[in-house]
Order: sequence, then C-alpha cells, then structure tokens
Amino acid sequence: MGAFLVRRLVGLVLVIAAVSFVSYALIGLMPGDPIDVMVSSNPDLTPADAERLRQRYGLDRPLLTRYLRWAGDVLAGDFGFSRTYRVPVWDILLPRLGNTMVLLGASFLLSLAIAIPAGVLVATRPGGPVDYGVNLLCFAGVSTPSFWLGLLLMYAFSVNLQWLPPNGGGSVARDGFFGWLSYQVLPVTALTVASLAVYIRHVRAAMGEALAQDFVRTARAKGASRRRVVYHHALRNAMIPVVTVIALDFGTLFSGALVVEQVFSYPGMGVTIYDAIIGNDYNLALAALLLATFAILLANLLADLAYAWLDPRVRLH
Amino acid sequence: MVSVRVGLAAWTAAVLCATALSPALAQEDGELVIGVSQYPVNLNPLTEAHVVQSYIHGMTRRPFTAYDPEWEGRCFLCTALPSPEAGTAEIRDIPEELGGGRGWAATFTIHPDAVWGDGTPITTEDVLFTWELGRNAQSGVINFELFQDIVAIDAIDDKTFTIQWDQVSCGFDMINNFELVPAHLERALFEAEPSAYPERSLYETDPTNPGLWFGPYLLSDIELGGEITMTRNPLWWGDEPWFETIRVRPIQNTAALEANLLAGEIDMIAGEDGISIDQAIAFAEAHGDDYEVIFQPALFYEHIDLNLDNPILADVRVRRALLHAIDREMISERLFAGHQPVAHVNINPQDRVYNPDVPTYAHDPERAAALLDEAGWTLKPGSEVRTNDAGEPLALTIMTTAGNATRELVEQVLQSQWRRLGIDVAIKNEPARVLFGQTLAHRQFDSMAMFAWLSSPENIPRTTLHSTMIPTPENNWAGQNYPGYRSDEADRIIDALETTCEDPEKQELWNRLQVVYAEDLPTLPLYYRAMPYILPTWLEGLTPTGHLAPSTLYVEHWRPREGAAR
Repeated sequence: MGAFLVRRLVGLVLVIAAVSFVSYALIGLMPGDPIDVMVSSNPDLTPADAERLRQRYGLDRPLLTRYLRWAGDVLAGDFGFSRTYRVPVWDILLPRLGNTMVLLGASFLLSLAIAIPAGVLVATRPGGPVDYGVNLLCFAGVSTPSFWLGLLLMYAFSVNLQWLPPNGGGSVARDGFFGWLSYQVLPVTALTVASLAVYIRHVRAAMGEALAQDFVRTARAKGASRRRVVYHHALRNAMIPVVTVIALDFGTLFSGALVVEQVFSYPGMGVTIYDAIIGNDYNLALAALLLATFAILLANLLADLAYAWLDPRVRLH
Repeated sequence: MVSVRVGLAAWTAAVLCATALSPALAQEDGELVIGVSQYPVNLNPLTEAHVVQSYIHGMTRRPFTAYDPEWEGRCFLCTALPSPEAGTAEIRDIPEELGGGRGWAATFTIHPDAVWGDGTPITTEDVLFTWELGRNAQSGVINFELFQDIVAIDAIDDKTFTIQWDQVSCGFDMINNFELVPAHLERALFEAEPSAYPERSLYETDPTNPGLWFGPYLLSDIELGGEITMTRNPLWWGDEPWFETIRVRPIQNTAALEANLLAGEIDMIAGEDGISIDQAIAFAEAHGDDYEVIFQPALFYEHIDLNLDNPILADVRVRRALLHAIDREMISERLFAGHQPVAHVNINPQDRVYNPDVPTYAHDPERAAALLDEAGWTLKPGSEVRTNDAGEPLALTIMTTAGNATRELVEQVLQSQWRRLGIDVAIKNEPARVLFGQTLAHRQFDSMAMFAWLSSPENIPRTTLHSTMIPTPENNWAGQNYPGYRSDEADRIIDALETTCEDPEKQELWNRLQVVYAEDLPTLPLYYRAMPYILPTWLEGLTPTGHLAPSTLYVEHWRPREGAAR
C-alpha cells in the first residue's frame, strides 16, 4: 500500500508538471493577445502604446522563456498576480472555489441521495411501469441543456412567481442564512437535474448486472432477506462502476460548471477559468487549472482506494 | 426508498424555508440597481480602459473634458475649454531643450470646489503627478502616447496649469484621457517601484478608499467579479444626486440579464454594456408598456472591410456592385425595426463634420449586374456564379465574429442577396479574439470582414485610412488600415485635418474626405449601430450619449419622476 501511494504521488507531480506546460503552451498559442483585444475596443490606443504594453507585460518574449519564469516562481510558492484583476490569484480563486464547492457539492450530494435508491428501485423492477417512468425522466434530464433549464427555472420561480432570486451567489453576511440559501436553490436544482439522470442510469445498469450474479442467487438460496440481498450483497458490488463516475465528477467540484454559473451569474470556478483563458490571464488560468487537475488526480486515487475497500479481491500494487 | 424521501424532503424543506425567508426582490427606495453584462476588471483609470470601467468612473470621477450628449466638447473638471479667443490657448515656440518646434499651449483651470473624496483639494500637484506617472514607460499606463505628446506642464497656481503640446495639431483643447489620480495617495506607491505600480496602486489594493474618487458617488463596496456599490459623495461639489446608493451588477448571460430585470432584481439595463439590439427589440414588443426602451444612435460604424489586395476587390466597379447588390434599407427595417439606420460613409450623420452630400449606393441589382459585366464578371447561360474570361468564378469569403447572432444573421441575408447576382460568397467566421487578434491585425482575411469601429466625434480616421497605417511585418503590424487602402488624396486630407482647426477650411476637408471614401469604397458601409437602454418608467434624467463618454457623467440628474410609483 505504501509503495502504491508513493508511486501514485510521484505520478501526480509529473502529471501536474505536464499539464501546466501544455496549458501554458495552449493559452500562449491561441491567436491574439490581451493587448490586441484592448486595441480593438479602445480607439485612442496607438500602435506604439500597444507595443509598449506588450513589453511591459512580457508578451513579446518567447513562450518557453515565459513558462520557465512562471514555473520558477510557482516552485518558490509565488503564483503571482492576476493580470486582469491585479490581485494575488488566490485572493480570487479561494472565494470562488468555496462558492463552486457549495454549488456543486450540494448538487452532488443531492444527486447521490436520490440517484442511488432510485437506481436500485428501478433495477429491482425491470420492465415495469416504474422502470419506464424513471427511464423517461432520465432521458429528459440528460437531454435538457442546463442553460435552458436554468432560464426556465428563472422565468418560472423568479420572474412569474417571484419566489426566488434569479441569481446565484448571495452572502450570509448580507442576506442572512436563509436569504443566502434562496440564492442557491435554482442553480443547484438546474445542476442536480442533469447529473441525477446520469447517476440513476449508472446505478440501474450496475445493479442490474450485480443482481444477475451467482453470489446473489446464493444469498437468496441461503434465505437472506430481499432487503439484505439488494442492499448488502448486490449494491456493494454495483458501487464499483458508480464510484468511478463519482470520482470523475468529483473533479468538477474544483473546475466549476461554466454554463450554469454564467446563467445564474454565479461567481464560481467555471466562469473564472473561462474568463482567464479568454483574457490571457496566465497566472489565474494556470492556478485554477492546476487546482482542478490536482483534484481530479486525488479523486482518482481515492477511487482506487475505495475499490479495494468495496471489493476485497482488488489488490493495490 | 427512505433515502430518496429524505433527500427530497430535505431539499423541499430548504427550498420552502429559503423561499419564505428570502430577501424581498424589490429594490429599496433611494437605491438604483443597474445591470451590465461585464465586470469592469480593474478600476485604475490609467492602466485599463473598458466600457464598464468608464461607466463606473462616470459616477465616481469626472474627466477634465468629454463630449456631451449633443456631441460637443465640454468641461467637467475644468471651468472652460481653452481657446485663442478667450486668451487661454496660443501657439508657442518650444524651447530647444524640450525638443524645439512649435506647439499649442492650452491653459486649464480646475473647478475651484473640486476635492477628492477624503477632503483633499484637487490641485495642479495631482496634474503634475499624473503626467509624471503617465509618461513613465514602466508604469503600465495605457495612453502613454498622450502623455508623451505633452512637452511641459506649467503650474500657474494650485488650480491653473498650462499644457504645452509638442505640435500644432487640433484637439489641444480636449484632454479627455488625461485621467487624474491623487498624488497624496499614489505618489509614494509609484515612486517606491514604478514597474510595480499597476499592482500596488490603491485602485487595486484599497479601491474603496474615498481619496481615490471625486464624482457624485464614492465607491463603497466591491465584490471581485461581482457587484459594485457606490454611495453618495458628501463632498461632491455639483448638483446633489437623488439616489443614496447605486449598485452595478454584472450578469454575463444577456437572457439572464433580461430575466433579472423582469424579476425586479435590477432596475435598468445600461445601454453602454447591456443586451443586443435584437433582444431589445423583442423586449420592447413584449414589455414596452412597462419599461422605457431607448434606442440611442451611436458612434458604432458597422461595415465590411474589403481586402484590396484581392484581385477581384481591387476593381472599384466590383466594390460598387457589391454595395448596389444589397438591400441595406430592408435589413435596417426588418432586422432592426429601423433603429439602426443605413450608413453611407464612416462618419455618423449626428457628427458635426458629416457631409450629407456624399455619393450613395441604393439597392439596385440591375446597376450592380451592369457594373459586374463591365468589370468582366459575366453570368454564362445555365450558370449560377459569374466568371471572368479565364473561367475563374466570382467567389469571395465573408468573415465576422462567431457567436454574434445579429452579425451572423446579417451575413446570411447578404450572402443570399449577392448569390442572386451570381456572386458566390462563403461564410467563414472566427471567435472575436482570433478575428481581431490575428486575422485582421495581420491582414490574413481573404476578401471581406464584417465588424464595427467605435470612435469619438470628429475622430480623424488616420489609423483606419492613412496608407502609413496598413499593418505589415515591417511596421510590426501597426495600424488598422486592414483593407490596405492607398490614396494620395486621402492621405493629404488626413494630414491637413490634423492641423486645420477652423471652419470653413476644416469642414471642406471633411467633406472631401467623405466623398473620396464613398467613391473609392475601401469598405462597404452597412449601418450605424444603436445602444439599447432599458429603463424603468419612473426614472427620469438619464441622457444617453451614443459615444464613448457614458451616460453616467450626468448621474446627479437621475431621479424618480414626480409622483411616479416604483
């Protein structure tokens, strides 16, 4: 186990280094730079001004030189300032990471709390009206674009009924706890609907397979109750593929949900990363992307550990 | 199943509690919430220029000079525009140690009651510091050239100063971009390390410091990437504003911006940075009785740049035929409900220097066909695309900013109208960043590119029309003459306009330049864009400008109508 962890942690460092270089290069190779965009929107900016600003921000230097300088600063613990916001990158990322974890964390937990029992329910009644009904709803959930659902919820509950605010965000200090909670309802609901459908379908498929296994038949033959067979024997085995999906989704807790964040003006990681990439804000984009990469790698490591816990036959080497 | 019930029950309970106890959606009295579609990024007026930043600055600062809603220059922070008649402007010899030659010297006086928000008077010390900061190449100031063009500033007293320009060019009386910063707060930060000034400036580290602002409002709260709150400035020297608090709320998704307005979360949508024209037209049709929708004609010149190095487009007859072939009146009426009038030249009819007698190109397919035939592009029997004697097809491409629904729609209409005349036009759109950052900047477009220029009134089109402003590798891609237009006459007129400040000579030059432009057609004029403002019916006093100076420069006149209910 110790050697496994050491190997995975070394791999994690190498992957992060590779991702940082590839991300830096991709952002750098995109046509245009922030000064070009500034020139196109500011008629008073002269060509000489543009050239001087490029030098001022180091945009005239070779990409590799810029990357090595950035990497050196990061190794010294300095992630630098955001070029657009002009504040240290973590001053922007940490609050937004908190917001995203609330938004996606709530949606994640809510989806699992509903999807696992719902998936089990339909898997134990295949071909019945409940199965068809849930399947239909799942297809509807998967097929509904989250921006459209977001706008629909907004028009229904904010514009017409005027029950809930149409934005995300809010703050406990300004709005009180329930006021803050009211800002979370619509974005969390929009996100939950989409992920709920995916989870239910995974749980249903995995449970269907597990219930057909010999050990389930054996457990039934030994006289175990239906509840024990389903929840103790079958579900535990069915969770392995579900854990994989959960682990992959866990990474989005750190990278955000761009579309829903945009629709609800939710100050989260998705919008931050998108704006930083479009605005060539290297320091901010790279810190956010590295954080998301780290989270995904960590989640995969935890998923591997979970496999061993769920299935004693799995050995970690 | 217990879990499902628990999950659903918990969420339902949370929703009900949140709904019952959520804050009221309506705004408080004395507060105005404005929706915009972008966040202003940073607020230092010298190191960034952005439309929402300028919108906020209109409330929290005042420029020395700017154009007013009638598109005339006027003083905001100064007391009067300098002029030779008033004895406050003259052409002087520049001492040799300052570079020699001759240039305008213009004297400005700061408003006698002007103070920073912390009570420190605004003086010539601030002017001298801003100039020092502005011409330091390390300071990250964007309009560096403006400060470089000033060879000396002579502080006559605490409130009066004379600017010595380095040349005899018009525009000596307007210093719109001379954005004052407080010497008493920023000097120490700048002098400690000029190259670190953009990050260390109080505009970044302590933006709610009242000493940074001097408008009718002070910036009182800012959420990074979120809402910006301003409260009344007790030391403001002008008319007292009515609203105690103004919040500017950025909402990127424009459909959500509209929903926020309808839900009562915001009171109005700014025309400077709000929803698109087609959205505003649809909104006016659906909710026109509940809101005031203003379509302000603006200095956005929507046009198609033609690559004149393309052999097809090098022939002026083809360029004229392309314009005769399209029905711009129909586009304006059908797509924009007449709110975006057809353009005939690059100068807006509201601009004082506009020439109403320029040649125009009405929708005339027969004339267009005749011009193409004359240019050697004929339609062979049974063929849908015109060809020349060598059998080459009349094939062009048109590009615009991908994702801009309005432009993409116009593009399709144009493509279909050209197709009827046997002109094969392929659409090839790119994201704005690629189009402006590379394709146009490096003149890599094959034939046509549709976009808009934003300018200020009486803006001399040097960067877009002068032959020295054609981007090339030799000039490091400087300039915005993307068509590659070369005209000795246009060059001469542009040079002369820089130094001809008085009518009628100046107007004659402007008239001729517009005629040359309309005859040569280096670009195809389409229409002048409008800025849509969506305002509550109870609000009065908001005057859209239609140019770079925002409507917030008059925010102290915004107030509820007498007797109107919010």
